[in-house]
Amino acid sequence: MSAKIDTALPLEYQTEQNRMNILGFWIFLGAEIVLFATLFGVYGVLGHRHAGGPMQQDLFIIKDVMIQTMLLLTSSFTMGIAIFEMRRHQLKGMLVWLVITLLLGGGFLYMEIQEFTHYVHQGATMQTSAFLSSFFVLLGTHGLHVTLGIGWAVLLIIQLLQRGLTPVTARKTFIIGLYWHFLDVVWIFIFTFVYLAGLVS
Amino acid sequence: MGINWSEFFVTGDPLILASQIAIVLTSVGAVAALTYFKKWKWLWKDWLTTVDHKKIGILYILVGILMFFRGGVDGLMMRAQTSVPENTFLDAQHYNEVFTTHGVVMILFVAMPLLIGVMNFVVPLQIGARDVAFPQLNALSFWLTFSGAMLFNISFVIGGSPDAGWTSYFPLAGKEFSPGIGNNFYAVALQIAGAGTLMSGINFVVTILKMRIKGMTMLKMPMFTWTSFITSIIIVASFPIFTVALALMTFDRIFGTHFFTISGGGMDMLWANLFWLWGHPEVYIVVLPAFGILSEVISTFARKTLYGYKSMVISITLIAVLSMLVWVHHFFTMGNSSAANSFFSITTMMIAIPTGVKVFNWLFTMRKGRIKFTTAMLWALAFVPNFVIGGVTGVMLAMAAADYQYHNTLFLVAHFHYVLIPGVVFPLFAAFYYWWPKMFGYILNEKIGKWHFWLFTIGFNLTFMPMFFLGLDGAVRRAYTYSEETGFGPLMLTSAIGAIILAAGFAVLVYNIYWSARYADRNISNDPWDARTLEWATASPVQHYNFAVLPEVKSLDAFWHMKKNNEIKTLNEDEIEEIHMPSNTWIPFYMGNVFLVAGFFLVFEWTIAAAIASIGIFAGLIFRSFDYDEGFHVHKDEIIKTESSWRNVGKGVKNHVS
Amino acid sequence: MKASKLSLVLTTLLGAVLLSGCENNMVVFQPQGPAARSILDLINFSLVMMFAIIIIVFALFGFIVWKYREKKENLDYEPPEEHGNTVLEIIWTLIPIIIVVALTIPTVKTIYALDKIPKGYEEKEPLVVNVTSADWKWIFSYPEQGIETVNYVNIPEDRPIDFRLTSASTMQSFWIPSLGGQKYSMANAETQLYLVADNPGSYMGRNTNFNGKGYAEMEFEVQSQTQKDFDKWVKEVKATAPKLSEKEYEKMLEPSHLGRKTFSNTHLDWVDHSKGQSQNYIKPELYKREHGYPGKIFKEEKLETDHNQHGTDHSQHGNMNEETNDSHGGEHNGH
Repeated sequence: MSAKIDTALPLEYQTEQNRMNILGFWIFLGAEIVLFATLFGVYGVLGHRHAGGPMQQDLFIIKDVMIQTMLLLTSSFTMGIAIFEMRRHQLKGMLVWLVITLLLGGGFLYMEIQEFTHYVHQGATMQTSAFLSSFFVLLGTHGLHVTLGIGWAVLLIIQLLQRGLTPVTARKTFIIGLYWHFLDVVWIFIFTFVYLAGLVS
Repeated sequence: MGINWSEFFVTGDPLILASQIAIVLTSVGAVAALTYFKKWKWLWKDWLTTVDHKKIGILYILVGILMFFRGGVDGLMMRAQTSVPENTFLDAQHYNEVFTTHGVVMILFVAMPLLIGVMNFVVPLQIGARDVAFPQLNALSFWLTFSGAMLFNISFVIGGSPDAGWTSYFPLAGKEFSPGIGNNFYAVALQIAGAGTLMSGINFVVTILKMRIKGMTMLKMPMFTWTSFITSIIIVASFPIFTVALALMTFDRIFGTHFFTISGGGMDMLWANLFWLWGHPEVYIVVLPAFGILSEVISTFARKTLYGYKSMVISITLIAVLSMLVWVHHFFTMGNSSAANSFFSITTMMIAIPTGVKVFNWLFTMRKGRIKFTTAMLWALAFVPNFVIGGVTGVMLAMAAADYQYHNTLFLVAHFHYVLIPGVVFPLFAAFYYWWPKMFGYILNEKIGKWHFWLFTIGFNLTFMPMFFLGLDGAVRRAYTYSEETGFGPLMLTSAIGAIILAAGFAVLVYNIYWSARYADRNISNDPWDARTLEWATASPVQHYNFAVLPEVKSLDAFWHMKKNNEIKTLNEDEIEEIHMPSNTWIPFYMGNVFLVAGFFLVFEWTIAAAIASIGIFAGLIFRSFDYDEGFHVHKDEIIKTESSWRNVGKGVKNHVS
Repeated sequence: MKASKLSLVLTTLLGAVLLSGCENNMVVFQPQGPAARSILDLINFSLVMMFAIIIIVFALFGFIVWKYREKKENLDYEPPEEHGNTVLEIIWTLIPIIIVVALTIPTVKTIYALDKIPKGYEEKEPLVVNVTSADWKWIFSYPEQGIETVNYVNIPEDRPIDFRLTSASTMQSFWIPSLGGQKYSMANAETQLYLVADNPGSYMGRNTNFNGKGYAEMEFEVQSQTQKDFDKWVKEVKATAPKLSEKEYEKMLEPSHLGRKTFSNTHLDWVDHSKGQSQNYIKPELYKREHGYPGKIFKEEKLETDHNQHGTDHSQHGNMNEETNDSHGGEHNGH
């Protein structure tokens, strides 16, 4: 809680409270890893229990999933650039890249919603089978995280506009960057173990 | 929405009707009293919006004791029902609800809040910090736990209690066999409380890693801080599993998915695995901090430093690792392969090794000591023999082949009560008697305390010892009745009598709190037990900023060595600087309330209402995001005034009470 | 002090009752078959070890607490600084390790032994009994004899019985303490248990896994008979017992307590709950409680009507070692 500022460090690490917040967020991400690992485990157990309903091969459209993946991967990259701009104290550049990141994230989300609606129209709902229950909950949890991330980032952009770059706003941006990269990593696992594995088997 | 009010409120049972009336009267009484004594502002400013770790700790303990009463009444009703064969005091449905809520309440709303409460109060003081790493988050943790507890608690008067056991095994707990909303209370209330606990875990990991005072390396931390640290890590590693399990349960029950159902390809065994993947570590989450309490109390009252400190640290770390690798022992009888059962038998028995090391270390801490039999110490001493019985029967249960005969019998029930009561409740009582003066500035009456001790320990043994024999004779758990021919009657009656003595012990504790609050001597020093760790270096009750000048630590048992080497500094006014403290906030309290409302709607499957209520949750989050409150500074004058008021009266006050 | 006295009392109490285990009449200590006997041997072995531990720890505890208590004479005694002793700490790490190893060996042996036909009975042809648990009754089918009983099971003595357990509803646990350990019965899965009865006699069996309102009374009787009596009984049932119809069976699976019943056919002719289809018999509306708020009930389509393109391949949800969907490999090459 001491307000001592150590200007030798990057902006987001300058106060003790900031350092604690970032460490705390890393630990939170640890908990998130356990959460997603459990969901993957559930999908691993239930993913082949189709109960007479559609199977992975009947539903997945690899082209759309590839586009989704590209959107999210690129957004992770642009988020990286935003943090880089922040380190250079370039508020404007940082905001531009943040907005691009959000647009890419929004695109991803739009496609995911499209995908889900498409499945539901085909009669593949959460209630159809254990496979679909675990599929929708795993992907839905990820999608919900992306949604919350977008909302959170919008709040942050407003604060950046209001207050400019301070140790506090820098820390908040840095943390949301960590969060965004984490969601990207989770998506890579989803892409591999749900989509690719589902199409190959 | 057309609500059928006779379904909304649980009706038709005189016991429940009486409770409903009691709840209404108590609420009205509380509101009237607050208004009459003009205490609303005090309540709001000092308690509801507080971010002070000490007050939050006390709030947790208050909730824990209240829920202990609730869980205890459940337990008494169970013992009353089974005291004689074919009793009709409770019917099957009511009994099922009672044992379900007894289990959930005792583990999640008694053991957890009490331990997290003690952690909240003690850990920052022990490491010489002024608060936890995230004080606002800490308040949020508390209010979520509180909301969860209240939501779960009202189930018996509104909507109907969960009735599938605290383990809520599927498919029984699913909609296929429990269509009423009772089990939704389980899924939703535990989710809310669990989120609070997870945040506490994160908070304490960061606090202990980052906020230790100068000179306090990891291996100079007091043992209670160590156990709190390891516990927090287990919380972070295991609670997300429970979050997922409960979420899937909610989906199955409210949205008709097929995770654990019989139909649609669901898998009931998956629930058992997920539940115990969290549930077993949970046992160590509650037991480890209790072990830490014992270490502090034994070392203080034997006047010796903890024996084998490093092996204690290694032991708790090993216990934490092993706790993640033993979950299958809860269902050895599920038809697992022999190899799996053998593996989990061995990992389970291995837990006995570090635990044994700890017991011997405690014994050798007392050797060559000078043991003072305060009430706190009595609780710590009673732990050893009672917990050893729990421990050895645990090893017996760990032997999978033998477990085929013990599983789901009262033998198992006796075992886990012998672990959880001596292993968690005794240490918690020790903690109350030990830290009470630090919390409130007076000592709980020692004489009444000894009545509490003897009634409770004797009652406890009388209640649970017979269950070992009943179990070996084929009496199963969770059965609301049994026939005369079984011959269980006499031992069941013994157990019921024990439960009354046990309850009398608890009543004496409550009386002690009341008596001491009114009549206990306030003229005590800040260190009445001649203790060893930093929390005793500051005032009792602790001033809101904890330490005026942060001490420096050179060794384990830092305060003890300061006293021995005469390093206790008198107040030097030049050294005092302004202290930065966090401001109070209404957001955590508000969040607790919206979670309660949204959770309540979700329980009743009014999903649209729940969605609307959860907008309130987002509003709170947004508000928090824009909250740039920087806290405030305590002025030098105030600090000097506070400090001299307790430091200069040091001579002549009653010290070393026995 | 007092605490040590209390512990002494406890030890003697526990010791007196448990050590007389051989003569006591607790059901676990009265094995009536080889499986229960081998478990009892293991339990007795562990009891000896546990009593040794309890006596040592209690004695050490009593001694230390008594000897180092605070007295008027030693009030000025200041205990020495003592941080530990590596040798001692290693010793009390090794002792529990040795104990655990000593317990592990017989435990693992017994675990593996219990999964097979008990020793000495290997040559005897096991009698297969399919056990189906339902809310709140036990259904026993004898596929070879073609008969079925409810809430009682007759078995020949001295012959291994191959119990194949499954459930038509909730998760339950099949336990005949006199004959051996228990095992869960679960819908869509089959678990298995070998038990042998030494002598003719009647034993209590029950469900130990809580499964709702009727759980406490969910018991059955095991009647062990000579092979001759058993054969006679089978013949009699075949001749006199009524036939079970599908409709009657569906009615039987509704949540209820039934008395004993006997039939001259088995329900295995039309449904085996270990292979799925239990969902066709579940009626959530019958589980409503008398009080409390009712929740949504989800209607499941019955499987028979569910014949879309994959229905036939995937309706058979097997037991725990489920089939993978490799049968679809060829069908989807086009993707």
